[in-house]
Amino acid sequence: MSIKPLAMRDAFLNRIWQAMLQDNKIFFATADFGSPVLDKIRADFPDRFVNVGIAEQNLINISAGLALEGYTVFAYAIAPFITMRCFEQIRVSLALLSEVRPMNVNLIGVGAGYSYVVSGPTHQCYEDITLMRALPNFQVLSPADHISADALFDRAIGTMGPKYLRFDAQVLPVVYGSGVPNLDIGFHVHRQGSGVCLLATGYMMQTALKVADAFSDSGHKVGVVDLFDITHFDADEMVSLLKFYKGLVTMEEGFRGRGGVDSMMFEFIARRHLNLPILNLGVEGGYRFELGTREELHEQVGIGPQYVKRSIENFIQSLLI
Amino acid sequence: MTDFINLLEKAHWVWRETLAIHRRAPETRLASSLSSIEIFVALYYGGVLRFDSANPLNETRDRCVISKGHGSICMYPILADLGYFPVEELQKVCHTGGILGGIPDPVIPGYETINGSLGHGLGVGTGVAFGLNRKGSDRSVFVVTGDGELHEGANWEAIMFASQHKLDNLNLIVDNNQISMLGYTDDIVSHGSLSTRLSAFGWECHEVDGHDVYAVRAALSKMKESRNSKPKALIALTLKGHGVPELENAPLSHILNPKPELIDTLLEKAL
Repeated sequence: MSIKPLAMRDAFLNRIWQAMLQDNKIFFATADFGSPVLDKIRADFPDRFVNVGIAEQNLINISAGLALEGYTVFAYAIAPFITMRCFEQIRVSLALLSEVRPMNVNLIGVGAGYSYVVSGPTHQCYEDITLMRALPNFQVLSPADHISADALFDRAIGTMGPKYLRFDAQVLPVVYGSGVPNLDIGFHVHRQGSGVCLLATGYMMQTALKVADAFSDSGHKVGVVDLFDITHFDADEMVSLLKFYKGLVTMEEGFRGRGGVDSMMFEFIARRHLNLPILNLGVEGGYRFELGTREELHEQVGIGPQYVKRSIENFIQSLLI
Repeated sequence: MTDFINLLEKAHWVWRETLAIHRRAPETRLASSLSSIEIFVALYYGGVLRFDSANPLNETRDRCVISKGHGSICMYPILADLGYFPVEELQKVCHTGGILGGIPDPVIPGYETINGSLGHGLGVGTGVAFGLNRKGSDRSVFVVTGDGELHEGANWEAIMFASQHKLDNLNLIVDNNQISMLGYTDDIVSHGSLSTRLSAFGWECHEVDGHDVYAVRAALSKMKESRNSKPKALIALTLKGHGVPELENAPLSHILNPKPELIDTLLEKAL
């Protein structure tokens, strides 16, 4: 039985709505950003919903104040705005303050990577993983479909501290049709392979699966792993996984070589003394203004399925697998 | 009890202690701490603020958010005197092993939030006031900022929010010493009349001589008691470096350190 895909935000907001029915200490704050499920939250819980207006700095500070008064807060806005417009508020009022005060604030950023396809670089978001993982006590969660987004609600509500959830703005095909991932491990092996392992996050899981299919047709069995918890994955489990491979490919819808998942895995492999060559696939170059479909834009910047496949073929050749 | 405390004497004692701390720890910002003494004395000794030094985060307390972090070194003797931490800490300001730094952190009992990076306290305090309001608490929130700090735009997002949500439990105190680090705020980006501006944003404004501790107390008590659907602001006209002639009216007073001998002379005279 196939599961009808949903927008990540609708799956997640629906969980918030359900939880708000039971728990009157949950507060929802938005910076004038909506969704159909959000209409239900604001209609049913007007006392625990606030729209601060187009004012992300205040969104963060109000959320911090609410959290200090004991509320579990979900703050909601477009991804580049809720991370970059108000980065110092996030640093001071959430990351720093939560070191000394119990606070549960969950930032929900919608519009990871190129998911606002025709809106251009102001609304697209290729820097958020780098920035948010620089804050040492932030948990950065990056689901690949609505089922994993839904599952991450349990992590958001059940763990104190500041968190950033980066959601795609599009409805993505279901990746977790066979069940929810183990949140404690922080990544999920979708395909066992040999030789090369593709480690993708967010939308890039779609590309990873597509490319893995193509390799499978030509007799290469590549591994596919979804890294949905970028900051708190189980490091020992990751080592156990990687030691069976001869090469690692990181795949992210963010700038390549600028501190994202690619840099993190470089560091991880070096720290763990793994002898594992890496190919990093991420957005190459700088900001661009071309119009096109998401796949077309991806091909232009080095993360489209064709480009990815060619790059991995070359990588495999270089490894003499 | 608080009615019997001589606030003038208390303010004078805090002034001396603040100078003495600066004498021992010249890294502390003296001038902006001297402009806010009567504000804090009125809040903490004048019966305005409800607090519990034995349990600083007691749910029944009023919340006091000290946004002008550098300029609140005068809070150190006050909090020690009230029993928030041992008075011995005053000897260790800015020293290894002490808890009192050049800019106060919320690891210090009595401080609610992170301070120092300016322009955040009012937003967080507004969130706290909103939270108290929504959970049905009648506790008040006081936020102390400088006037230079109000150049940070995020303050004005909070100011708009507070009047929209009728947060009459929120009280902003502006230590209006009219000087930021590099000179007079009027010459940098003038606020004109802060009362006029804040009133235009839907706030109820009061003005007071910020060094008249009884007038400050009277204004704050009135503001706290008035629940008329409006957030309140007290514009306290103050003198940066108050009581130190070398600092008063010096546009660069924020970063001036009086010579130790001068402080010794002032302290001797003040006994």
